[in-house]
Amino acid sequence: MALKLTISDIYKSYNGKEVLKGSSFSFDKSGIYVLMGPNGSGKSTLLRICALLEPPDSGKVKYLEDNNRILEDNLNLRRRLTLLLPNIGAFNTTVFKNIAYGLKIRGIKKDKIEEKVEQALDFVGLLHKKNQNALTLSSGEIKRMGIARAIVIEPEILFLDEPTTSVDHENIKIIENIMIQLKQRLNSTIIMATHDSISARRVGDFFLFLEDGRIKF
Amino acid sequence: MNFLVEAFKQAFYLIFHLDRELLQIIGLSLEVSGGALLIAAILGIPFGAFVGLKKFHGRGFIITLLNSFMGLPPVVVGLFLYLLFSRSGPLGFLGLLYTPTIMIIAQFILAFPIVAALTHSACVKVEPDVKLAARALGATSSQVTRTVIREARYGIIAATVAALGRVMAEVGGIIIVGGNIAGYTRVMTTTIALETDKGEFELALALGLILLLISFLINIALFSIQKKGAQKPQWL
Ligand SMILES: Nc1ncnc2c1ncn2[C@@H]1O[C@H](COP(=O)(O)OP(=O)(O)OP(=O)(O)O)[C@@H](O)[C@H]1O
Ligand SMILES: [Mg+2]
Repeated sequence: MALKLTISDIYKSYNGKEVLKGSSFSFDKSGIYVLMGPNGSGKSTLLRICALLEPPDSGKVKYLEDNNRILEDNLNLRRRLTLLLPNIGAFNTTVFKNIAYGLKIRGIKKDKIEEKVEQALDFVGLLHKKNQNALTLSSGEIKRMGIARAIVIEPEILFLDEPTTSVDHENIKIIENIMIQLKQRLNSTIIMATHDSISARRVGDFFLFLEDGRIKF
Repeated sequence: MNFLVEAFKQAFYLIFHLDRELLQIIGLSLEVSGGALLIAAILGIPFGAFVGLKKFHGRGFIITLLNSFMGLPPVVVGLFLYLLFSRSGPLGFLGLLYTPTIMIIAQFILAFPIVAALTHSACVKVEPDVKLAARALGATSSQVTRTVIREARYGIIAATVAALGRVMAEVGGIIIVGGNIAGYTRVMTTTIALETDKGEFELALALGLILLLISFLINIALFSIQKKGAQKPQWL
């Protein structure tokens, strides 16, 4: 376990409506955390805040190194995490270029990118779709592409927002396997928001519940 | 009726014999409109993207301004430039009036708001999730900007083509500032206006047909770009 995340007393409101009202938690073990809660309870909001994509109104998001050194919120830290959005946010280009994106913006060499992208494509079973435009993939394929795009940069903490929503049974199985392999292979932390309690029970190690803007467990 | 047939015959004669005057006029048209468009694209695309992506004070005002300037009457632009660049005007000393240069300036003024405003709307239309995904994957803010511009590319190309169509067809602006001098500042649209006035229709018709053809080609290009860009995600 290389990176630990501690959030304390997170508040966030949109247009005067409070969504998060003092959420606190320490994600200090490697494994798969499952975050559940009703629609609109603030799961996606919390994930965006944890992934440093949006600041909270108040409260602290702290990342700590193994030796408990607190890390500054900068590009360097942001590049050690990533969040998979519910709708992925695919770029209007080939599957290959979508997955290569995170490596390209890190200035990684072309042949290295090619090798890693091929590996990731193989890992999620999309090698044959490499040159297809990402916007023409099916729901299950697009989720898998999103996962490949996220894991190719080898994040130490991976946030997944509804990775199995609107995906058929077979693809859910594939995505679950990917997550389990990922946990074992990278020894990293996965924090996942989902409504799929059956799937959550199959893969989850720790279970959190978001209610009234606070985390319960 | 007879004279119409005769005029068409003459027009086709000019076209198929690659009449020198005709070619020269077409050449200058392409030069002026193409030059104006090039400058409008180089300045208008980054400007439109900037307005579309960054939040700053007065942004709404600039967007409104760009949108209303999209329909700027060419004659008004011509008049305005004439007053600035005429011998007694503040910029008269530059001696640009009745030169191809000021014609390019006039058409640039017409093209810039179109390119900028349509680029702005193309960038605004890019899914917020795409921007967020780019950031989540570790993009810096300038990398996010480049990604959004790339996502909006079809809209931006369409903007440029639309602006070209507008300046190619325009006559009011360049006839005032260019003066329609034979062999020097005479372009397709101004020649058509003049020749029609004189009652000599052959050259006017020949140019009219070519202008129609060019506008047709521009629209084919626009259509195919829009069709390509309209690829919608299937999971939505
Ligand atoms: N950018 C935003 N602007 C305005 N309101 C927002 C924004 N993001 C979230 N909200 C609001 O915050 C509340 C929590 O939304 P959020 O998406 O975090 O919930 P969720 O738990 O992920 O829901 P779901 O299970 O449906 O995905 C909702 O009422 C939502 O409308
Ligand atoms: Mg959500």
